[in-house]
Amino acid sequence: MRAIKLAFGLAGLLGLSLAVAVPARAQGTTYSTIERGRYLVNAGDCASCHTAEGGKPYAGGLAVPTPFGTIYSTNITPDPATGIGKWSEQDFYNAMHDGIRRDGKHLYPAFPYPWFTKVSRADVHAIKAFLDTVTPVRQQNKPTELPWPLSVREVMAGWNKLYFHEGAFKPDHKKSEQWNRGAYLVEGLGHCGACHTDTNLLGAPKTADKLKGGDFGEHWYAPGLTSNLRDGLGGWSAAEIVEYLKTGANAKSAAGGPMAEVVKNSTQYLSDVDLNAIAVYLKDVPAEQARAAAKTTDIDKQAWSRGEALYVDNCTGCHMENGAGVAQIFPSLKGSSAVQAKLPDTVTHILLAGAKTAATPGKPTGFAMPAFARKLDDKEVADLVNYIRNAWGNHSSLTNQNAVSKVRKDVEHGGG
Amino acid sequence: MATRLKSVDAVLVGFGWTASILAQELTDAGLQVLAIERGKFRDTVPDFATTHIQDELKYAVRNGLFEEPARETLTFRNSTDQTALPMRHLGSFRPAAGVGGAGIHWNGQNWRFLPTDFKARTHIEQRYGRKFIPEDMTIQDWGVSYDDLEPYYDQWEYLCGISGQAGNVQGRIQPGGNPFEGPRARGYPLPPLKRSYATVLFDEAAKQVGFKPFPCAAANTSQPYKNPYGVQMGQCTYCGYCEWFACGNYSKSSPQTTILPVLLPKDNFSYRTNCEVTRVNLDSTGKRATGVTYVDVQGREFEQPAELVILCAYAQHNVHLLLLSGIGRPYDPKTNEGVTGRNYAYQITSSVNVFLNENMNPFMGAGALGQAVDEFNGDNFDHGPQGFVGGGYIALWTTGGRPILQQHGVPEGTPKWGAGWKKAMHENYLKSASLATHGSVMSYRDSYLDLDPTYRDAYGNPLLRLTFDFHDNERKMSKFVTDKAALIAKAMKPRSIKVNYREGHYSILPYETTHNTGGAAMGNDPKTSVVNRYLQCWDVSNVFVMGASVFPQNPGYNPTGTVGALTYWAADALRTKYLKNPGPLVQA
Repeated sequence: MRAIKLAFGLAGLLGLSLAVAVPARAQGTTYSTIERGRYLVNAGDCASCHTAEGGKPYAGGLAVPTPFGTIYSTNITPDPATGIGKWSEQDFYNAMHDGIRRDGKHLYPAFPYPWFTKVSRADVHAIKAFLDTVTPVRQQNKPTELPWPLSVREVMAGWNKLYFHEGAFKPDHKKSEQWNRGAYLVEGLGHCGACHTDTNLLGAPKTADKLKGGDFGEHWYAPGLTSNLRDGLGGWSAAEIVEYLKTGANAKSAAGGPMAEVVKNSTQYLSDVDLNAIAVYLKDVPAEQARAAAKTTDIDKQAWSRGEALYVDNCTGCHMENGAGVAQIFPSLKGSSAVQAKLPDTVTHILLAGAKTAATPGKPTGFAMPAFARKLDDKEVADLVNYIRNAWGNHSSLTNQNAVSKVRKDVEHGGG
Repeated sequence: MATRLKSVDAVLVGFGWTASILAQELTDAGLQVLAIERGKFRDTVPDFATTHIQDELKYAVRNGLFEEPARETLTFRNSTDQTALPMRHLGSFRPAAGVGGAGIHWNGQNWRFLPTDFKARTHIEQRYGRKFIPEDMTIQDWGVSYDDLEPYYDQWEYLCGISGQAGNVQGRIQPGGNPFEGPRARGYPLPPLKRSYATVLFDEAAKQVGFKPFPCAAANTSQPYKNPYGVQMGQCTYCGYCEWFACGNYSKSSPQTTILPVLLPKDNFSYRTNCEVTRVNLDSTGKRATGVTYVDVQGREFEQPAELVILCAYAQHNVHLLLLSGIGRPYDPKTNEGVTGRNYAYQITSSVNVFLNENMNPFMGAGALGQAVDEFNGDNFDHGPQGFVGGGYIALWTTGGRPILQQHGVPEGTPKWGAGWKKAMHENYLKSASLATHGSVMSYRDSYLDLDPTYRDAYGNPLLRLTFDFHDNERKMSKFVTDKAALIAKAMKPRSIKVNYREGHYSILPYETTHNTGGAAMGNDPKTSVVNRYLQCWDVSNVFVMGASVFPQNPGYNPTGTVGALTYWAADALRTKYLKNPGPLVQA
């Protein structure tokens, strides 16, 4: 508060323009810039990674498992010794725009600079202005646990050459202002594609598969955001997208797993104008060719009736016999993109470990589903997952006992 | 030596229904509120997970959700010439321990009391004359009227998402509802539950004998619901596991399903579990509470200072705490003086088994799925020729078809064991139903609570002693209502019926109902009540008492609806009157 008051004092004495000219520190930035920064930090979902569970805000330390090894989020509080207190605005811009940190070394793309590169200089300035007001926390960053040669940050120069496209957002003038605002948020700060786009073997997003769904890791599969009916947003209206992002649930689905965190830490704080822009942009992502998936008839008849019986016994109380759930309360499994996603991981994960939906001011309840790991064995879970993913007109690939067993092992070891 | 903690604005003893409502209302008013609960924290997931919670052995037989007598119990005797002995097992009532309290394991049977119930003595004396009330019957007016409470009944019912059919909206009698109920401002938030086959038969039979049956109001949601706090509920699946169980589907109203999601995140609310409050501390004048003392499970003692102390524990525990703390003069049955412990009452129930020719499918059930008639409750009929006070409703509830403790009706003359019993059980399991009567119990000079002279609890405090028996007034009333139930049962065209009157002395051993009331009665006269009409202690104005312990006598309905309404009523008085000007809200 003191810093903000000082800023007003200075601005009052010397004229507002000075506030913008003073670099880096909070004293020199105006209240509205800091507030804008706060909004953008929410839009970028910074807290989900940079605030560890039970940790101080933005002090980092959250383990981010990647297929290559664990990376720990960093301290972005303004502590000079362990945070970004000594970073100039240009240092911060380099990180956001180019993935280069203050000492000139490369950041790993677990920090989503391939998306943040699109964020405007003014917005990066505001984000830094806000972060400078956060309570400084003295907390040393943990070293990454990547194997050689990935542990050598210079390797990322080559990765960047192959997969990183530096550059500010370029509006498409054939599209509306609203569409462009949505694109700026989705493709930039919102970094939706970081989860909702598949990556190649080197962890780079497959450009051709943009927003067609992606493996989040930890046995969560982020469903597609294209206009596909089955595993995309084709069946959702723009208003339903807005409601989902604002409140965590709509008549068709509810955010669970990592998306519940995104709603909790990020999208619920976005303005209706921005959420509508996001919805308009997402509704314009074209449908792709339907992926080849197993036909329901491919499922062994006995396995199918086992799955059906398990469903009736364990699931119908909330999700109803027809899989339609209860609008706004218990997510529909029928026609759900998360259920019919390319990989069966999300359904398997939730069945084994349970899930809790995001609690927001609009929908404070935070409904939860219990874990069934102790009750159902791997074979039963596989039968049930295959039933749920292919009943009521659903249509998706099959899982098996071994795949379930792997998810169970990881989930039980705290991977979920 | 107790560790002294930082003071809070309001400390709530217990964290069940009444504490949750008050916490929500008082934190909204800006107070720093702390609830202290002796049990553990519980929530729908993981504690009540559906397909796990439907376990009759674990929860109903092995008392999974109730208080443990090893920690706190009471002693009991039927009359003052006996020596009370401690209850080492749960018996005719089953109070809860844990966050949500009995709001977790109730059936969800939700009623409003009749307008005349609140002015019991005045009304009966006016209609039947002063002599109609037996001399040892100590019933009194509540100090609050139905009209006072109507908006708060409404608030409670919309909190819970009650499913039901209104019988009287603003004085207009509604077809299909209870025509005897007091006028309500509006109908229930949700339509009635779907009917079971047995309730349909009851409905037809009751009409045939000239009564006006109606669907019982249920805290089991017939449809998805969003309450005024924004908290959402699913819809009841009729799984048949309500009473003694928790709900795994977010469809039985409880603090967890209606309030906690908006209460728990508040910065000005906190709670402690596994902590038992042992005293309300008073200052040297004895007129002002300074806070409470509690003991955690490690046996450490803490002093929690507070500006306001509100007792929200189970009825008899509130009275126990008042007695231990020296709040209100203890009641003495010899002199009929003193107030704390006075006017303990209970409920009197009976049943009629009906054996039919068709499959009733008892498995499709819900705690408050029932059809009832109210012709013989309260003063809905002329008591003059009957010579007793009070009444009860008659209902057919389909609460489930659970095998161990529930579905046990076999016809008269069936052997108690062996092949004959098995055959009868097999023949009747699906083809029987039971009509219940649920009757009032008046308060009497010799029915009371005090501190036991012999037995002590785990904390070294004297146990609460309960002295109680049924009186002839109640036995007469119960027989009268049971006979009416038998009339309906016969009209259901059964193979046979079996009438189970409630006779003889009250026994604390078999389960009957957890509707214990009184001991901290409310009223207009400090000589006969512990709390005034706003549930504020006459003697210590910064102590309030919630729950059924304030009932001066127990009308013929389940108490929770009125407990909820009284809590909202008291919360409103606290917010709009007390906080502006702390001190007695009614001058003695």
